[in-house]
Amino acid sequence: MVEVLVLGALAVAAATLSGTLAGRPAAAPFREAARLLTLQRRRTVRADVLLTRIGVVSLPMAAALAALVVPFGGRVALSTSVGVVWFNAMEVVAWASVWLVGWGVNSAYALVGGYRFVAQGLAYELPHMFALITASLAAHSLDLRVIGGAQHGLWYAVWMPVAFAVYLVSTLAMTFWGPFGHPLGADLAGGAALELSGPDLLVFLAGRYGLLAVSAGVAVPLFLGGGAGPLLPGWSWSLVKTCAVLSLLVWTRHRLPVLRMDRFMTAAWTVLIPATLLQMLVVGIVVV
Amino acid sequence: MEAVAFWVLAVAAVGTGVAVFVVDSMARATFALLASFLCAGGELLLVGLRYLGVLVVLMMIMEMLVMAVFMVMYMMNPAGLMPMSMTHNRRGALAVAGGAFAALAAGILLVPWPERRGRPPRDPTVALGDAVMGSSMLVMMVIGVAILATMIATVVLATHRGRYDA
Repeated sequence: MVEVLVLGALAVAAATLSGTLAGRPAAAPFREAARLLTLQRRRTVRADVLLTRIGVVSLPMAAALAALVVPFGGRVALSTSVGVVWFNAMEVVAWASVWLVGWGVNSAYALVGGYRFVAQGLAYELPHMFALITASLAAHSLDLRVIGGAQHGLWYAVWMPVAFAVYLVSTLAMTFWGPFGHPLGADLAGGAALELSGPDLLVFLAGRYGLLAVSAGVAVPLFLGGGAGPLLPGWSWSLVKTCAVLSLLVWTRHRLPVLRMDRFMTAAWTVLIPATLLQMLVVGIVVV
Repeated sequence: MEAVAFWVLAVAAVGTGVAVFVVDSMARATFALLASFLCAGGELLLVGLRYLGVLVVLMMIMEMLVMAVFMVMYMMNPAGLMPMSMTHNRRGALAVAGGAFAALAAGILLVPWPERRGRPPRDPTVALGDAVMGSSMLVMMVIGVAILATMIATVVLATHRGRYDA
């Protein structure tokens, strides 16, 4: 269970880093959290409260459930042979969360945001899935610990760079973060999260940071050799690598513009999917 | 413990399945159906089919989200938050559903169930894949990629832009 708590702490750290990059003081996320906690809920006319609440709560829950299978060195909260599939299943819960939130509040802009995310999720899920499968294929396992341990000296990020790059890009899309933040875009006055306020907004955004932290944590056993490294014990190397990937993901938000998703969608279908398939072919040939 | 989990999931699966036809919003119906499928996925996990169970969870969430888009699009009242009914042709539907239930229940009770021979395989997923696909595994994999490529190419060519305006 320590691993899950560590990822939770990393999610908070990600929020702080994001604030710092935007030039705000390090305490800003905590102040904002306290403000949201005391804020009264905004009500919309004829909202579907049940669906909205399910959407809000399911996002951090999915992140926490995904964190169960993320290994730190040799340690993992829940050891399972199908960790990769479980992680992906929990990522997909975010589609439901965002759509439910966008639908439930009965507001036009929020609804558009929800639909945007379903389309974006669908377009990037396939390349994402192929990137995950490529690493599993090379290690002959869906167990994240086995995959991390199978990279003797040569990280998968080095000899399958396309899969690693696609993983990072599609992770941003699956967590609707940074350049893929269109579902919560400023052009929609906040998109799917538009009508959320107070504790609801806090829980929803915390869930997104959680998902970001978990995705960074999974990149380590998949492509960066897991806990392998000189001198330090395995868990600390995992932690260092996770922090590095998470910082990179957070950094993109402040250095890259938000992409118009309907334009960039074509790239996902016609560039990323063939690229990952070719990468998988190469890996398949080398492995067999 | 496992028996309790089995019954909780079974009752929840049937309950949320009934809810699909009781609720008055298409969005709620969609997600009630999703909840029912997730309970079925939980049952698979319970009998030790880990890969299949998690796969059902993954595929059903994706599928029902796509379904939600279409169900809302095709419903009588696309705004969706107005009351609606999921039941049509009640009498005929009841007869068909009751008949199917009776036939299946009779099957459970009347069929002589085989005794278990041998032991469960170490990896049930591999055994199942081998039993279903057998020697045509490679062919099916190639066809799978070909179908995917065809689907994407068709959509790219058929969309309003995509051919002349990337």
